[in-house]
Amino acid sequence: MAEAHPVGFQWVMEAKRRGAKVFHVDPRFTRTSAMADQHLALRVGTDIAFLGGLVHYVLERDRYFHDYVVNYTNAPFIVGEQFRDTEDLEGLFSGFDASAGGYKTESWQYEGTEASPSAGRRDQWQKSGQPQEGETSSHGRERASSGPERAGSGGPVYPGSPESDPTLTHPRCVFQVLKRHFARYTPEMVAQVCGISEEAFTEVAEALVTNSGPERTSAFAYSVGWTQHTVGVQYIRTASILQLLLGNIGRPGGGILALRGHASIQGSTDIPTLFNLLPGYIPMPQAHTNEDLQSFAEADGATKGYWGNMRSYLVSLLKAWWGDNATADNDYCFDYLPRLTGDHGTYQTVVDQIEGLVKGYFVIGQNPAVGSSNARQQRLGLANLEWLVVRDFNMIETATFWKDGPEIESGELATEDIGTEVFFLPAAAHTEKEGTFTNTQRMLQWHRKAVEPQGDQRSDLWFYYHLGRRIREKLTGRRPERTAEQRERDRSVLELTWDYPTEGPMAEPSPDAVLREINGTGPDGESLSGYTQLADDGSTRCGCWIYCGVYADGVNQADRRKPGNEQSWVAPEWGWAWPMNRRILYNRASADPDGRPWSERKAYVWWDTEQEQWTGHDVPDFDKKKAPDYEPDPAATGPEAIKGAEPFIMQSDGRGWLYVPAGLVDGPLPAHYEPQESPVSNPVYPNQQRNPARQIFARPENRYQPSGAERGSEVFPYLFTTFRLTEHHTAGGMSRWLSHLSELAPAMFVEVSPELAAERGLRHLDWATLVTARTAIEARVLVTERMQPLRLDGRTLHQIGIPWHWGPNGMTTGDAANELLGVALDPNVHIMETKASTCDIRPGRRPRGVELAPFVAEYRRRAGITELTGTEHADDPSLTGRDERERGNENER
Amino acid sequence: MSADGDNRLSGPLADPAVEAGYPPEHPERVGFFTDTSVCIGCKACEVACKEWNLLPEDGLELSGMSYDNTQDLGATTWRHVAFVEQRIDTTTRETVDIGMPDMTRPGDSSTAAVDPTEDAATQIRWLMSSDVCKHCTHAACLDVCPTGALIRTEYGTVMVQDDVCNGCGYCVPACPYGVIDTRPDTGGASKCTMCQDRLGAGETPACAAACPTESIQYGPLDELRDRAAQRVDELHEQGVTEARLYGHEPTDGVGGDGAFFLLLDEPEVYGLPPDPVVTTRDLPSMWKHAAGAALTAAVTIAACFVGGKR
Repeated sequence: MAEAHPVGFQWVMEAKRRGAKVFHVDPRFTRTSAMADQHLALRVGTDIAFLGGLVHYVLERDRYFHDYVVNYTNAPFIVGEQFRDTEDLEGLFSGFDASAGGYKTESWQYEGTEASPSAGRRDQWQKSGQPQEGETSSHGRERASSGPERAGSGGPVYPGSPESDPTLTHPRCVFQVLKRHFARYTPEMVAQVCGISEEAFTEVAEALVTNSGPERTSAFAYSVGWTQHTVGVQYIRTASILQLLLGNIGRPGGGILALRGHASIQGSTDIPTLFNLLPGYIPMPQAHTNEDLQSFAEADGATKGYWGNMRSYLVSLLKAWWGDNATADNDYCFDYLPRLTGDHGTYQTVVDQIEGLVKGYFVIGQNPAVGSSNARQQRLGLANLEWLVVRDFNMIETATFWKDGPEIESGELATEDIGTEVFFLPAAAHTEKEGTFTNTQRMLQWHRKAVEPQGDQRSDLWFYYHLGRRIREKLTGRRPERTAEQRERDRSVLELTWDYPTEGPMAEPSPDAVLREINGTGPDGESLSGYTQLADDGSTRCGCWIYCGVYADGVNQADRRKPGNEQSWVAPEWGWAWPMNRRILYNRASADPDGRPWSERKAYVWWDTEQEQWTGHDVPDFDKKKAPDYEPDPAATGPEAIKGAEPFIMQSDGRGWLYVPAGLVDGPLPAHYEPQESPVSNPVYPNQQRNPARQIFARPENRYQPSGAERGSEVFPYLFTTFRLTEHHTAGGMSRWLSHLSELAPAMFVEVSPELAAERGLRHLDWATLVTARTAIEARVLVTERMQPLRLDGRTLHQIGIPWHWGPNGMTTGDAANELLGVALDPNVHIMETKASTCDIRPGRRPRGVELAPFVAEYRRRAGITELTGTEHADDPSLTGRDERERGNENER
Repeated sequence: MSADGDNRLSGPLADPAVEAGYPPEHPERVGFFTDTSVCIGCKACEVACKEWNLLPEDGLELSGMSYDNTQDLGATTWRHVAFVEQRIDTTTRETVDIGMPDMTRPGDSSTAAVDPTEDAATQIRWLMSSDVCKHCTHAACLDVCPTGALIRTEYGTVMVQDDVCNGCGYCVPACPYGVIDTRPDTGGASKCTMCQDRLGAGETPACAAACPTESIQYGPLDELRDRAAQRVDELHEQGVTEARLYGHEPTDGVGGDGAFFLLLDEPEVYGLPPDPVVTTRDLPSMWKHAAGAALTAAVTIAACFVGGKR
C-alpha cells in the first residue's frame, strides 16, 4: 500500500501513530513492510489458505460475533440436500461438469428455494427451469451462471424464504457447512501451504479477533495482489466471510477496501467500461430472441430488496440516453441497446483479433502491448486489425508495435506485412480537464482544470462527444444512400440525446452538463435528489441510478470541499458518496437487531424510538421509517419485503452471504487451489491442483507450464510475482517519459534473494534472463535480503519479484514482465493471473533476434509442453484451439 | 550572540537572521524536521522539489543501492531519499550487519546470508530518510563566499543568489555535509533554498507539502525542536529505543541545523557525518595564530635589522 498508494497510506501511518498494529502479508518485503509492525512473507498465490486459516481460527474457537452472525448473515439458512462440499468430493463442489470445465450450480441452493443466477440468462433459466449451458465457440463461452459482477451492489435473486435454524446447529445450515469446509485450514496447514510460521499466524489471528466485536472493528485493505488470480474473486469472498463472521461490515472502522490501480477505477465500474454492464450495475441484455423490456426487467429485477425497482432504473437510463424518442410504445428504445453474444472481455477480444473477428480497436489510456498478460499475444492481435486508435500522452508501445515491437526484432512479423492502420491521438491529462474521480469508498470528488491542453491534446469527453457528433452528421448526410435496414439501425445513434453545451475555443463539452445528466431530472426538468424518486413510466431521466443525488438541489455535490475540522467526523460535506451520500454501506448493521448501537464506542446509525425513524452520524442505509421489528407481508416484493432487522437491503434476503447459493461459477465457498502454474502440489486438496472452473485459452501463443508434481514442472522451478513501484505507473505510459520519475527507477530489474543468487550464479546489477513457456526476457539483478526463501515441508522455495512498468519505448526502457505471463483467468470476472506463476532464471542477457524463439522452444521441449499442458478440467482445446493447433505445431518446431 | 565571545563563526547563536543584519522584527526562523521513522520512501519530496525549482534530471543510472537511484544530494538534487537495508536483532534491536559497505557485491559471496528460518531472532529493517541542506546556524558556505552570493535570509535559512554567484566553488569543500555543488549547466553553486519563493507567499516548501506521511515537517524551528523531542519520547515509550535526533543541538559543531532529523540508527548508516563541524570554526583562531606568527616574524626580522646595526 505504501508502494502503490502512498497518499492513502498516510491514514495507516495516522492509525499507527494512535497505536494501531499494522500487519503486512505479502510475498515481498516492500515499503509497506518497512512500516508494518510485522511482515508475513507468504508464498505467492496462497492467500485463500491464509484467510481460510483465519476463518477456521474464528470458527473453531467460537470467536465470531454471535448476534451479528445469526441475525445479519445467512449462517442459519439450510443448504439443500444435494449439495456436496470439497470435503466430500476431494476438492470439487457438487455439479462439476468436467467436459464443460464448469459447474452446474443448482445443487448449491438453499432448501426450499430455487436460487437463480444473478442476471442475464435469468429469463432463460426461469423458462426452462434449468440453466442453459452457453455455446462453446471461438467467441468463448459466457457461462450460464456467470457474471456475479452483473449483480453489482445487489445479489443474485431467489424467490421464496429459505428454511432457517437460528441455533446454528442443523448439520446442513450454512454455519455448519462453513465449519466443515474450513476444518482443513488449520495453523499447521497454513504453515505448510503459505510458509508462514504457526506463531506468526496465531499472532495475526489473535490481533484480528481481539480487535473485532461490539467495541472494536478491523478493516482489510487489498489491491490487485488479491484479485489477479485464477481464484481472484474467491480471495475477496474469503475476506468477506471473515469480516461477516467478525461483524466488521456496515460498521465504522470495518469493511474490505479495494485499493484501485488507477484514479477512478471505481467510477469506471459504476459507469462502466466493462462489456457486460450498463451504468449502475444493470446487466447488459443478452442476444436472445423475443426479449423485451418487460421480460428483461422482470427476470433481472430481484423480487426482494432494492433491485426490485430495476425497471425504474433502466427506464430512466433509457430516457436519459434517448430522451423524447424513448416512449412507452417503443419500450423506451430498449431495442437500441447492444446485446451480448458471449464473452467479450479483453482477453477473449484479443483472441478474436487473432482469429480475424475483430476489425477495429480503441485503446484509451491503456498500454496492452506491454501492460496485459502475454504481451506478445496482445501484439499479434493488434497486428491483425484493420484499424487501431490509441489515445495517450506518449508514443506508447501499443502505438508503435508495428515498427519496433519485439516481433519485428525477432523477425516474426515484418512492418510491411502488418495491415493495421494506426491512429495516434494525444490525450489531455487530468490536470487539463474537469470532472470527477470516484474513489474506493464510492466518493465522487470533482477536480478542476489547472491548465488548458496544448496542441492537439484533447480530453476523453471531447473525443467521444465530437466523434459521436461527426458520426451523426455523416449518418444524416448519407441518409439518402442508406438502405432501409441501415436507416433502421442508424436510429439508435441518431436519436440519442447528444446535445451537451460546449465551451471555449476547443468546443469542450461541459462536464457539468454530463454530471447533471448522470444525476437525472424529473418531469419538471429539475435535478432529482435521490434514486427513490426514479419512476418506471418514463417521467424521470437518470444516467446512472446509483449516482442520483450527486446534483441534488441543482448543486454539484461532488465539488464540496468543507474542511474536516468544520464538520462531523463522518465529513458528509466533503465530496459526495453513492448511494445518497452514504459513507458506509449497509450501515443498519452498525445497530443491533433492536436498532440500538452495538456499543457506544461504535455507534453509527440507530433507531430513534421517539421520532420513530433511523438516525445517526451517517445517512442510514435503510428505509428511514422501517422499524426494527417490521415483518413483511409474505406476498411483499421489492424493498418492502426486507425485514426491519435485515441490513443488507440490496441482497434479495437482506443478509450478508457467508455461503453463495448462486452467482459464482467456481464454487459457493472459497477453496485453496494452486495457481495455474506452481512448483507445489496442492497440499489442501491433493486431487485438485488448479481451480477446476478457471478460464484458459489453449493456443499456440499461450502455452501453459506443468504444475506441482506434473512431469516437467522442474524446468520452471521458481515462483514469481509481478509488482508495482512507487516511482512508476502501471505499464509506464505516464511515467517512463517523465525525467523526474525515470531517474528514480531508471532500469528494469528483478529482485532475488542472496540464496537464489548463489544458487543460480546471479550477480548484483548484472543481467539475468527469465524464461517461461511464452518467452524470455532480461533484466538487471537486484540481490536483496528483502526477498527471502520459503521453507515448505523441508523444501526451499525461491520467489522472484518482477516489476511490470517497462517496455521498449520512453526514457527508461526494458523488457516487459507481461511477456512472461500466460493468460489464465478467473472465471467469474475474466481477470488474469499476474500475481503468481513460475519461471527459470539464469545469468546473462537473453538471446536476440531469431535466436530467441528456438531458445524458448527448447525449454518447452524439455518440459514436455503440449497444447494439453495445464488445461485439464477446462475448455476442451480440441474445440477452442483446433485451427491454431495445426499452425502452432509448425510455429513451435 | 556567540558563546565564544568574539568567535561569531561557531557556537550557539539564538538568531542568525539578526546576526546577519535583519531587524529584530524579521520573521521567525523556520526549518525542517524530518522524522525518518514515518518516511515511506515514496520520493514525492524529490519530485516536488525538482518540479518547483525547475531542476533537471541528473542521471538514469541504476545504482544497486536498494531503491536509492538518486545516490546523493547535489547541485540539481536538493532532496535525496536514502534507503538502507539491514538485518537487526529483534531483541536488542542492534544491527546484525552494521550496514557499512563492504568490498563484495551482494550475491557475489557464495555463502548465503543468515537463513531467516533458522535464526528467527533477526528481522529485516528497511530505513528510509529524506536528506536535504541543513541550513546551518553557522554556514561555512556562506562564510567563505567571496561574492556575497550566499546569504542568510530573513527566515534564518541559507540561499544562493544565482545572479550574484560567480561559480568560484569555494563553498563546495566548505560544506561539512557535502551538500552544495556547482551546476554543470550554469556553472553556479546551487542547493536547497527552502523554497524561498514559496515562503514569501505563505506557502510550505514543496517537499513538505508533498510528503504524504508528515515525515517532512516544516515550521518555526523552536516549535519543531519541541515536537521532535516529544516524538522521540513517544517512540522510546513504544520500545523504539534506537530513535534519536540529529542536528537539533544548538551546541553542536554547526550551532544546530535549520533542517534536523529523527534517525533510527547511527548517522553514518544514512550517509550523514557523525560530528559535523563548521569548517570555518577555527578561522578566528587561525587568523589569531597567523597574526601572532606574522607579528613574531616581523619582530624577528626587525630584531635582525636591529641586530645588524650592532
